[in-house]
Parts: sequence; structure tokens; C-alpha cells
Amino acid sequence: MTEHKGVMVFCEAGNGKLSSIAAEGLGAGRKLADDLGGELNAVLIGEGVGGLAQEAIALGADKAYTIDDPALKDYRMDAYLAALEKAVKQAAPQVVVMGQTAIGRDLAPRLAFRLDCTAALDCVDLAIDPQTRRLLQTKPVYGGNARAIFTSDTDPQIATIRTKAMTPAVHDGSRKGEVINISAGIDPAAVRTAVIDRVVEAVEGIKLEDAQSVVAGGRGIGSADGFKQLEELARALKGAVGASRPPCDNGWAPETIQIGLTGKIVAPELYIAVAISGSSQHMSGCSGCKTIVAINKDPEANIFKEARFGVVGDWKKILPAFTSKVRELLAG
Amino acid sequence: MNMVVCVKQVIDPEAPPASFKIDAATNKAVQAGVPPVIDHYGEYAVEAALRIKDASGGKVTALSLGVNLLREVVKKPLSMGADELVLLEDPTFDGGDSWSTARALAAAIKKLGEYDLILCGREASDTNAGQVGPGIAELLGLPSVTLVKKIDIVDGKARVERVTADGYEVIEMSLPALVTVSNEVGEPRYPTIKGIMAAKKKEPVVWKPADIGLDAALLGAAGRRAAMLKLFQPVREGKCEMVEGDTPEEAGANLALKLREAKVL
Ligand SMILES: Cc1cc2nc3c(=O)[nH]c(=O)nc-3n(C[C@H](O)[C@H](O)[C@H](O)COP(=O)(O)OP(=O)(O)OC[C@H]3O[C@@H](n4cnc5c(N)ncnc54)[C@H](O)[C@@H]3O)c2cc1C
Repeated sequence: MTEHKGVMVFCEAGNGKLSSIAAEGLGAGRKLADDLGGELNAVLIGEGVGGLAQEAIALGADKAYTIDDPALKDYRMDAYLAALEKAVKQAAPQVVVMGQTAIGRDLAPRLAFRLDCTAALDCVDLAIDPQTRRLLQTKPVYGGNARAIFTSDTDPQIATIRTKAMTPAVHDGSRKGEVINISAGIDPAAVRTAVIDRVVEAVEGIKLEDAQSVVAGGRGIGSADGFKQLEELARALKGAVGASRPPCDNGWAPETIQIGLTGKIVAPELYIAVAISGSSQHMSGCSGCKTIVAINKDPEANIFKEARFGVVGDWKKILPAFTSKVRELLAG
Repeated sequence: MNMVVCVKQVIDPEAPPASFKIDAATNKAVQAGVPPVIDHYGEYAVEAALRIKDASGGKVTALSLGVNLLREVVKKPLSMGADELVLLEDPTFDGGDSWSTARALAAAIKKLGEYDLILCGREASDTNAGQVGPGIAELLGLPSVTLVKKIDIVDGKARVERVTADGYEVIEMSLPALVTVSNEVGEPRYPTIKGIMAAKKKEPVVWKPADIGLDAALLGAAGRRAAMLKLFQPVREGKCEMVEGDTPEEAGANLALKLREAKVL
């Protein structure tokens, strides 16, 4: 049996650079590798990703495996799985870390079943048990009402990490490491999916995931018009607008701005929840925010248990006055 | 089109948070006084299958694994319009993880025989594991796409829209295949009176481990690969400071002042 050692981080890239989740994965991975006394390996898969190997090394990797092939231009599960399987078999890590992204959540469970081991998805904490030296995977369960800690005896131990849950690695351009190219050798006939179109639903202004202030509206907003008022506040704060699920289901807000367990995870400095009750599923997407502010007419609403500051009342009366005061303060 | 939908019974994810407790002795969640429901994510999978049936015909079989399955709960897919219901109901199936559950479901699907499309929820609302769907696909050697919001069957292939961070991808995939879906597919239909009556009359097929030809050692708690060491409710620190005013407008303005004072603005 192969001995599995160290940590491998699957690093996603886009637009010619490593994505932020890759830095978060390498940050978490470095710590795990140090605790295991092993190496941190990065693996980069795609077309034209070879040039990013140094970047992964600067972010803490000891070795960077690259699988650079035109057949890997689009994310296609069969092709990426074959490539990742190759890298994992060659490096034989004890731990594999991926991001809980459109790619990671698709790929991680398949990798686990292919290698006859298990994964834990959407982890908010990863640690090495000092006694057993096994990976401990902490993840939310029951829609965020509880958390569970998992471990396993089979190698590799695979985990995807929730976006923005881990501290990203700090870039150090002086770091040296080894780059190892692996040939993809993808059999086109074995790839059973084809990407025939990609549609970007552009949202104006600042991207929700990158915004430092988020103004989120819930069912109590009541209409698409109501969301226009939230946009005004977001503009004043140079932030972005988000929503709980009902506004997205009702078409008042685009699906891409849903925050929560089944939506986006955000972690801005300031999160203003307007007419949102604070369900565990919603809070799963924003519990990492620094300061939560709630406006809700129900003093018993759960959101006040999560918020740092709150106002009880009708948002229609409170919000315009709040927005104009914010504008005034930020102007002066 | 033969479709199989995997959908389970769960504790109600939308019940008031106060009803949710963890029994530390058994590491299990208990929900006092709230009846279980059919998993919402799985309900979207049922809806997605029924839409395909509406558009191009076919048969929809719902497949549920568990213990103490309340018939009025697990029959919901039937009342929505599914044709058959198969239950893997036996204590041997209980206490599993994604690995043992996917193994049992994959074996059951194999036994069902003909299938073109398998649909699962993106994850279950209790475990939030998100592995059973892709796991079944891997075990059966099928292509899979997670987080699909639309499915069309065109010329014997599936054309699906897969949700990405900033929009969606249109993917064409050969059949048989597996997809996982979530709320993006659109609201599940309400059961009609006719559907409810038909579901009442229909008896589910119940399979035991021997029926799917799997050794008990691979199933349920015995077949787990992931050990759960601890289940807990994170304690919330922090206290909310309420900002007031003589009028709602004044409270709004005071909130801005408060945020400035706290250096949040
Ligand atoms: C499996 C599953 C996954 C889910 N995933 C998500 C997810 O990712 N994201 C998500 O958000 N939800 C998700 N949900 C739904 C979630 O359970 C809640 O139903 C939802 O978050 C509630 O949204 P809300 O707070 O906007 O609405 P409600 O719970 O209806 O709350 C509306 C609030 O607005 C207040 N209000 C109404 N009018 C006014 C007014 N004029 N002024 C001030 N306040 C007012 C009310 O007091 C109330 O507190 C999921 C549910 C399930 C079962």
C-alpha cells in the first residue's frame, strides 16, 4: 500500500490568475501540512495554468503539479476527474483540500468515490488531531443549525472548504519550490459532457462576493421596487445588494444574489439585513460578516440574535432616513 | 425516459430553531413535536423529473432510504405525479454516511434495471453532505452534473443548465446520466386531489438488503467510511444593541450615527 503523506490543494484559476479560494485553500493547507510535518503540494488543472505554478509556490506550496492541456480548457467533470486522479495518485497526499465552488462540489465527491474513500464538503474548519494525526473536518449540518466534526481512516482524506471561511495564504515572491508537469492524456471519447454555452448574468456595480458592505433584503421587502431602495443604500456604501431566498424565488431579485446555504457565502465588514427573519439557512451565508445590522418590524425575529445593531420597525420608514444620514456622514 | 429520483425523509428544516436539539448521548438531532417532511432539495428533483415527463413522457420512480418512513411523507412524490415508489426500509440501512447510502441506492437503481436519468437533490437538508448524487453516478459509471436548473432532452441527450457563481453553463451530456438540482429549477407543484387519491391507493415496494444483493457490512452504520466525532450547536456570542428614536425616521438616522460612532461607517 502506498503511504499517503502531506497535503494537496486543488487550486482553481480564472482569467489568468489563481482564484481567491486557491489562496484560502493554500492558507489552510500550509497549516495542516506543518501540523503533519509534511509537504504542501498544489495542483493546477486547466489550459494555460502552467504559468501559475510559481504563484502557488509564492502562496506556500512546496511543489506545484500542473496539468496543462487544451482538453482541460472548460471544466468538464470526466476530464478534470481523470487529471486530478492522476495527480493525487502520483503525489499520494494524506489530505486533499478543494474549494466548495461550482467545480469543487462537483469534483470532490466523485474523486472520493473513485478512490474508495470519503470527503466532507463545505468545511468551515480543518485541523489535524494531535493524537491520531487524522484530519478533523468541521462542517455545518441541519441547514446551519448544528455543526459536525468528521474524520475517516481511509486515505486521502478529502475536504472542500467554504469560501471565505479560511485565512488566505500571504504571497511571498521569494519562496522557492518545485514544478512538476503531468501530462493530461485525456481520452476524448471518455469525456461525456460538452460545454456548449456559458451565460454570465451580469450584475451592475461591485461583485457581491467582493463587496465590503452588503445590503440584503428579505421577504418583507415585498417587491422589485423595494430592492431599488436597497440599491440606493448599497451605492452610498459602495457595496452590493444581496437577498434571502424568497425575493429570488419571487423574481424581485436575480438568483445570483441569493445569500445562504444554497446561495452565495459572503463575509463583508458590514451586512445590513432588511426585513430578513434570520433563518439558519440564510445565516449560513453571512455568519462570517464582521458586523451585522438588522432592520425588522418583529422584535422577536431571530436576526436580532445574530446582529450587533438593530432597529425594530417598518423598513419603509426607517431605510430612507438611514440612507440619507449615511450619505451625509460619508460625504462629510 | 425512465427516471429515478432519490428523495428522503428529513426533520423539518423550517421548523422554529427552538424545536431543534441535539441529544449528546447519541450524537443525533431531535426535533420535539414537529413531524418529519420530505426533503425540499429532493422535492425539487421530483419536480424536475415531472417536468421532463410533462414535456416528453416517461416514467418517474421515487426511491427513498431510511427507517420509520411515514407513508404520508414518503408518498409525497407519488401525489405530485411520480409513477412508482420504492423504499429501502430496514434498520440495516440506518445510521449510514454518504458512502454506504450511495452504495445502497446505486444497488437499488441497478436492480430497477432500465434508467435514463437519475435525479437527486444537491444535498439533503439534514446532513448537507452533497455527496450521494455524484457518488451514485461514480458507482454506476455515469456522467453527472451538479446544481442543474433546467433539463431538456434533445435527440437522446440531456441538455442541462448548470448554475455557476455568475450565471450558468449549458452542458450537453450523454444518457444515462445523473443530475442534482436545487431551488433554481422552480417551485415544486402542489399535489392535486387526484394525485393524493392515487398515492393513497398505491403501495410502495419495500426492499431489504438481501433484495439489492448487498452485504450488511457495506450498509448503514456498519458501512460508514466517515466517522462523526461530534455534533454540536455553536454558541452565539454577542448581543444586539437596539437603536431607537421618537419616530422610525429618527431611529433610521440614529442607526447611521451609531454605526459611525462604532467606526463601522
Ligand atoms: C433546504 C433549504 C435551503 C434553504 N436555503 C436558503 C438560502 O440559501 N438562503 C435563504 O435566504 N433562505 C434559504 N432557505 C429558506 C429559509 O429557510 C427561509 O425560509 C428564508 O431565509 C426566509 O427568508 P426571509 O427572512 O426573507 O423571509 P421570512 O422568514 O418570511 O422573514 C421576513 C421578515 O421580514 C420582516 N418584515 C416584513 N415586513 C417588514 C417591514 N415592512 N419592515 C420590516 N420588517 C419586515 C418580518 O418580520 C420577517 O422577520 C432554505 C430553506 C430550505 C428548507
